[in-house]
Amino acid sequence: MYEIRIHSRGGQGGVTAARLIALAAFRDGKYATAFPFYGAERRGAPVVSFVRIDDLPIKIYSQIASPDLVVVLDSSVMDSVDVLHGLKAEGSVFLNAAHSESIGDHRTYHVDLTGIALRNSLVVAGSPILNTPVLGALAKMGVITVESAKKAISEMFPDERNTRAAEEAFQELAL
Amino acid sequence: MLTIATGNKAVAAAVKEVKPSVVAAYPITPQTEIVETIADYVDAGTLSAAYIPVESEHSAMAACIGASITGVRTFTATSSHGLLYMHEMVNWAAAARLPIVMANVNRALGPGWNIWAEHTDSLQERDTGWLQVYVSTVQEAFDTTMMAFRIAEDERVLLPVMVNLDGFTLSHTFQSLETVIPGDYLPPISLPHAIDVEKPCGYGPMTGPDDYFRFRWDIERSMRDSGAVINEAQRIFAEKFKRSYGMTEEYRCEDAEVLVIAMGTLGKEAEVAVDVLRNEGIKAGSLRIRWFRPFPDLDIRGRDVVVIDRDYSFGFGGILADSIRARYSCSVSSVIAGLGGQEVTYNDIAAFVRDRKPGTEHWFGVKA
Repeated sequence: MYEIRIHSRGGQGGVTAARLIALAAFRDGKYATAFPFYGAERRGAPVVSFVRIDDLPIKIYSQIASPDLVVVLDSSVMDSVDVLHGLKAEGSVFLNAAHSESIGDHRTYHVDLTGIALRNSLVVAGSPILNTPVLGALAKMGVITVESAKKAISEMFPDERNTRAAEEAFQELAL
Repeated sequence: MLTIATGNKAVAAAVKEVKPSVVAAYPITPQTEIVETIADYVDAGTLSAAYIPVESEHSAMAACIGASITGVRTFTATSSHGLLYMHEMVNWAAAARLPIVMANVNRALGPGWNIWAEHTDSLQERDTGWLQVYVSTVQEAFDTTMMAFRIAEDERVLLPVMVNLDGFTLSHTFQSLETVIPGDYLPPISLPHAIDVEKPCGYGPMTGPDDYFRFRWDIERSMRDSGAVINEAQRIFAEKFKRSYGMTEEYRCEDAEVLVIAMGTLGKEAEVAVDVLRNEGIKAGSLRIRWFRPFPDLDIRGRDVVVIDRDYSFGFGGILADSIRARYSCSVSSVIAGLGGQEVTYNDIAAFVRDRKPGTEHWFGVKA
């Protein structure tokens, strides 16, 4: 089982990102579940959402305690939240950032998703949309296939700018 | 169609396929997505129903009752305080023998204000004459909602059915979903006691002491008969749609020396706990109660039983544990866990089994 924990702020689309990743994994022929932790969240409050991907049906509903991958859509949440909590020793980190150092001993990937969203005019209510481009990054990292990433995006968000943003993230992520 | 969806969306998708004539509802977290989605179907014309946005849950059930009496298919959804607010009408729907189907998204009761999963809301409606079923996956939510209409409308039953799913843990979790079209699985509704709106007449008149008990017995008789109807509906569903369900779901029970009994998503997570325990050499099995009313026959003789209640009856005990003690005169290890969305993992469930003490009650997270 491959487990992902996504950190974001309310309104940034972390919950939808989890759903998109699960849908892409499902289109890859895997079983997947996506769920957020619902607190009394408001716009701007730190939010956590989860994705599980497996070859067998998933029976676990409890939260993910030791993820394989931590995705941070807004690095400012790291000031108040320990995003590495429980991350497996061999687990990796993805940051929405133009530059990044390795975090701890973890393999750390980064793409400037915010820049990609702004370049593609993917902005809703003043917030750049991060949840469609992040699928491109995860496809490059091998979590999902790029074909399924695009399929999932076009199923949920037919506007082509979303698929284009994911393609750009795929190109920009350095392995 | 194969997709992924939340538990709420799955219920709404099933309702769309069974084509009720009337949906009356009032929104409440975490159920709202169900009635919002149905309202969208009606607005888009993909469901041809009268959608009545009423001013309260009491009115929602009253509107369903009024519609159902005319012999049409009706649906509503609620949760927690909304369900308790409609309590009077919940009783009425059953005693009037109306095959209304309601989804209840299980949620704790306040105060302290809490929007997360707990079964105390629906279990407070245990004695109303509704059939109650608890589901554990998105697919099961869809399939069971569809089956609920067939069971409720069967002439041998004619009682309302409440489909229960855990708030957020299932209502807001995305999983794979295959939607199907019922076709002849669900015959047109034919209510033998429907009123003729062209020739209105009295309904529900005074029933004196010489007759009232006969109507109560008739509810109980139908409740007892409903077990066979449920099994038939589930068997034909399996033949037609290749997914099978029972009164309970058993996992590795055959040679089990200890059974974990739970409802809803905790009952599914318990299967993972069983795998953990089996790897340690503990012969555990999971017995998930799907249908709580009518209460199923359980094969628990000669085994230890650990009952997890996501509910409580103050001054007495866990409601599921009490039911099993009363029915089987057995000593159970009772665990109260998951109240108000309390996080319970499969490792926690495995520990409940390892630490079991028959005849005791353990409140998870509370220091003894």
